[in-house]
Amino acid sequence: MSIDIEKVANLARLTLSEEDKANYPTQLNNILELANQMQSVDTTDITPLAHPIEATQPLRVDAVTEENQRDLFQSIAPSTESGLYLVPQVINRAKTKETEKE
Amino acid sequence: MHTKTIAQISADLAAGTYTSEEITRHYLDRIKEHDTTLNSFVTVDAEGAILAAKAADAQRAAGEAGPMTGVPIAQKDIFCTKGLKTSSGSKMLDNFISPYDAHLISNFKKAGTVMLGKTNMDEFAMGSSNETSFYGPVKNPWNTDYVPGGSSGGSAACVAARLAPGSTGTDTGGSIRQPASLCGITGLKPTYGRVSRYGMIAFASSLDQAGPMAQTAEDCAMMLNVMAGHDERDSTSIDREVPDYTATLNDSIAGLRIGLPKEFFTKDLNPEMKAVIDAAIKKYEKLGATVHEISLPNVHLSIPAYYIVAPAECSSNLSRFDGVRYGFRCENPTDLTDLYKRSRGEGFGSEVKRRIMIGAYALSAGYYDAFYLKAQQIRRLIRDDFVKAYETVDVIMSPTSPTTAFKIGERSEDPIAMYLSDMFTIATNLAGLPGMSIPAGTLNDLPVGLQIIGNYFEEARLLNVAHQVQQATDWHTQSPSAYK
Repeated sequence: MSIDIEKVANLARLTLSEEDKANYPTQLNNILELANQMQSVDTTDITPLAHPIEATQPLRVDAVTEENQRDLFQSIAPSTESGLYLVPQVINRAKTKETEKE
Repeated sequence: MHTKTIAQISADLAAGTYTSEEITRHYLDRIKEHDTTLNSFVTVDAEGAILAAKAADAQRAAGEAGPMTGVPIAQKDIFCTKGLKTSSGSKMLDNFISPYDAHLISNFKKAGTVMLGKTNMDEFAMGSSNETSFYGPVKNPWNTDYVPGGSSGGSAACVAARLAPGSTGTDTGGSIRQPASLCGITGLKPTYGRVSRYGMIAFASSLDQAGPMAQTAEDCAMMLNVMAGHDERDSTSIDREVPDYTATLNDSIAGLRIGLPKEFFTKDLNPEMKAVIDAAIKKYEKLGATVHEISLPNVHLSIPAYYIVAPAECSSNLSRFDGVRYGFRCENPTDLTDLYKRSRGEGFGSEVKRRIMIGAYALSAGYYDAFYLKAQQIRRLIRDDFVKAYETVDVIMSPTSPTTAFKIGERSEDPIAMYLSDMFTIATNLAGLPGMSIPAGTLNDLPVGLQIIGNYFEEARLLNVAHQVQQATDWHTQSPSAYK
């Protein structure tokens, strides 16, 4: 088993330093090898355990419970304008198409 | 004054021996004096602490004080604190001022507890040595060449050095118990869902649980009384009555059945460590407990399953850090993808990125069944082993960590060696059970911790068992000589 570092870094939306690029292949493969010890056990028909206490998710009435705090939340954002979060332009640019093809 | 336990401080405040403001100032002075060496705090909130202490003194004067009113404690920097930096040990959140309080922070505020500051931790709670913090490693007060453990390393170190009488921690794979063990203090990870995760920055949501860290089991009981309880803002919070954890501390433990898993006491266990643990367990036998060998046949798969479940949930949880809404944003992004990638690439440290990568891989198309699903199946096997064991025993004991504290730098280049620090604690998280670490003596002048694992919701029993032995021993009163 071998992990394609560049591909996974792209999926996870991460740039990696040169040092991490050098270290990760061995380190990540070692971790996956460790995880692979799980394959030694037959788990056919074992129901996966999603919640340790096996509690079901509670339901609530579909009513508004949170007040609008947009200004407070946007006060800690890197860049906002007129109540909107600002990011680099994503439409009307040829470059964007290339990015999305990745 | 700083050698006192929370219970003693609570009694002194009630008796008027000193005020909350006086003891708060005393701890703030100690932090100022010692923390440049230890680095156990990310933020010290002297101004806020003194205001809270004055308010607590006024509350007491008005006759409205509870047991924790005016007691100064530290909070792990993973809990959101309104108007105060909450970093989770990461550059990603170095500029993050939380707009709201975590559930347990509001509970402590309501109880009149004073917050001294926010403690250092491994980045996003991912680590077992506190070396992954953006704010630099925390030093172990017993020997500053050594790590305090992690991820709640700052919380453990500040209590061990008596810079605070208690602190909060979080435990996803051992992050309360292992640092408690390595620093010679008492720490409790409650049953999954006992303490609300609202406002606690998420690492692995099906494993994360907050708990108290202090000198004694009695202090942990007092803190847990404030922390535990249902909260509808955390959908996994359990709606179940909270007992008074201090009420049963003095119950006799005669007849207590202690299980020792043969898988934890193998020939690989360091003989010196085993001798210290054996001697500690003898104390329980003296108090009337009986010891039984038990088996947890699948427990050896805990680390393999954990290093799929935890990274998978981490990669999902940490996808919220996008450089758009809050936290770190890279300079001059060329487009949106560049903004995401470089904000995350520059904002997260190596260990966090390592775990995001493992998680993203394990969850990617074609691998889900082989990794995440398989790990969740293994998780049930591990849980079932515990359920079976609790048919014949009341508590399970083992060393908390396979070794005492290790040197700073010793394991930081080898992730697997670091992960093995948690070999005795991880199964408890996978099963969702409560677990404690209590001081059990020292080995080569470094503390050894005894782990006690209980059945679901039996925090009161764990605290009772630990308290009874702490009444008969003095390991928990020992503190590093430089901080007496």
